[in-house]
Amino acid sequence: MIQLSENGYYGSFGGAYIPEMLYPNVKELQENYLSMIYADDFQREFYYLLKDYVGRPTPLYLAENLSAKHNATIYLKREDLCHTGAHKINNTIGQILLAKKLNKKRIIAETGAGQHGVATATVCARMGLECIIYMGAVDIKRQAPNVARMKMLGATVISATSGSQTLKDATNEAIRDWINNPVDTHYIIGSVVGPHPYPDLVARFQSVISEEMKSQLLEATGRENPDLIIACVGGGSNAAGAYYHYLNDLDVRLIAVEAAGEGVYSGKSAATSILGTEGIIHGSRTLLMQTTDGQIVEPHSISAGLDYPGIGPLHAHLITTGRAEAVSVTDENALKAAFELSRIEGIIPALETAHAIHALEDISFKSSDVIVINLSGRGDKDLNTYMEYLDKY
Amino acid sequence: MLNRLTKLFENKRENLLTVYFTAGYPKLDDTETIICSLAESGANIIEIGIPYSDPLADGPVIQESGMAAIDNGMTLQVLFNQLTDIRTKTQVPLILMGYFNQLLQYGVDKFLDDCVKTGIDGLIIPDLPLMEYEQFYKDKLTQRNISISFLITPQTEESRIHKVDALSTGFIYVVSDSSITGMKTGISSQQISYFERIKSLQLSTPQLIGFGISDRESYLTASKYANGAIIGSAFIKHLKGKNEVDKATEDFINLIL
Repeated sequence: MIQLSENGYYGSFGGAYIPEMLYPNVKELQENYLSMIYADDFQREFYYLLKDYVGRPTPLYLAENLSAKHNATIYLKREDLCHTGAHKINNTIGQILLAKKLNKKRIIAETGAGQHGVATATVCARMGLECIIYMGAVDIKRQAPNVARMKMLGATVISATSGSQTLKDATNEAIRDWINNPVDTHYIIGSVVGPHPYPDLVARFQSVISEEMKSQLLEATGRENPDLIIACVGGGSNAAGAYYHYLNDLDVRLIAVEAAGEGVYSGKSAATSILGTEGIIHGSRTLLMQTTDGQIVEPHSISAGLDYPGIGPLHAHLITTGRAEAVSVTDENALKAAFELSRIEGIIPALETAHAIHALEDISFKSSDVIVINLSGRGDKDLNTYMEYLDKY
Repeated sequence: MLNRLTKLFENKRENLLTVYFTAGYPKLDDTETIICSLAESGANIIEIGIPYSDPLADGPVIQESGMAAIDNGMTLQVLFNQLTDIRTKTQVPLILMGYFNQLLQYGVDKFLDDCVKTGIDGLIIPDLPLMEYEQFYKDKLTQRNISISFLITPQTEESRIHKVDALSTGFIYVVSDSSITGMKTGISSQQISYFERIKSLQLSTPQLIGFGISDRESYLTASKYANGAIIGSAFIKHLKGKNEVDKATEDFINLIL
């Protein structure tokens, strides 16, 4: 049984390693999140917004051309069709409702690719709360369209200029903001990372993905369970959502696709499950890329959303116990897969998602297998990168 | 059994000046010079920061000094090597401040043994949960006579303050304001009433006030409400770009005392 312990651990991973300054806020969440999010009125509003505002349920689409090419039955769970273009909004809707319940007036968030930033800015606009987004200076450059969207939605975007100036540093800056504003501010973490209860909280909000998959698969194939679920993992929120209701169904293979960057051992990679060792990042005990001295290593991926040196504690647990299989896909192969999906299915995926698509080439499966790939986001935000490779693929 | 830190508190309970510096900054080999200059100039306790890539409780000044120190080649092993002979030079109480991940990677037992070998008296590990300390590490520190100091903030509930009081064996680190280090200077009336509240609790562990203590005035004000104060970012800022760190250190302390 995969289950969270009372203190917020999945096996030996998780917990809340936070400075005292964050303790009251984290404790408040720990003590209240379950009773608040499962209250009837909360659930009613959450599902109403997911339906009419986000556009759920998202389709489970039988990708016939992709299936023919890879000789299996492949479904795409179309999270790219969510309002704002990725699964991220499932979590931000949930967390903004929670922030309201906690009577918070100000929202902060970190973002890598900008999808979580946009999803946060969107719900803040909808709910009338002040919104501050921390984003690495490097990511601000490579994800310009999302920066513009956040600004149009009324958010303040603050450039994180420390360290590698990517997602890790944006997260550090957001945490520091929370330390400096302990009373009126809620921090909407975008992935299944951070101190307990965030990994569980975010996984629960994202679990709507696998909840829908179960009924959609039953309708389409006559059984609830696929043979494989494939999802990309940076921090791992879309994967957590796609796995959630299948975690204890051991006949379902869970494939976690990490970013190999320029090659797992090239020195420019974000393949945390291979390169990582056990330690603490952003308040959570998990696998992370670090030196023997415990300094966190700067990762690399062409995809800003996977450019993170850790993985959520749930995934560390799933991978180290063998429940999930980790696969890593290079920048180049992700690009290749993005063009392939665009050309044969007419769907331009996000660069993050493209890693999951390419995993079809990297794992073995039977022709009788039913595979679900979580199509976590759409590729509009990555067009600048894609255009550079238009002649190559 | 007393160590240098707890012995100090037996003898002196007022205006204790604690100064933080980042090991390996401005230059890799400045550690001994800074410690000795601080001690000779009159600092009562010295807090040695182990530079970390992701110091969540610290502000930009300390983070930048940490990044520079890491670039200079500072590691925990290098630091312990630098401290091998420090006890032949000074008996000032020495505290190491670092993040829990650094201890985990070095090996907690090895870390504590090296603290004993070099003569470290106390630790500050801001992200080590109280419960985890109590369960796994309290006995290890007690056996080795190493003190630990936990933090309280304006938001810390009274029941938890008493828990911190019970578990802290060096001093209680009273975070002066809800902020990361080095963000604010000066002390507001709101902070004073918080200091008064803490003082009125008559805790058994000595208290030192830190964060936002940057000059003589804030040091003296804080010392009225606690056993002393901790200066960090202001000293790091002062050291920036200085070649003669002994002279720079002396100058800085002379401005405070």
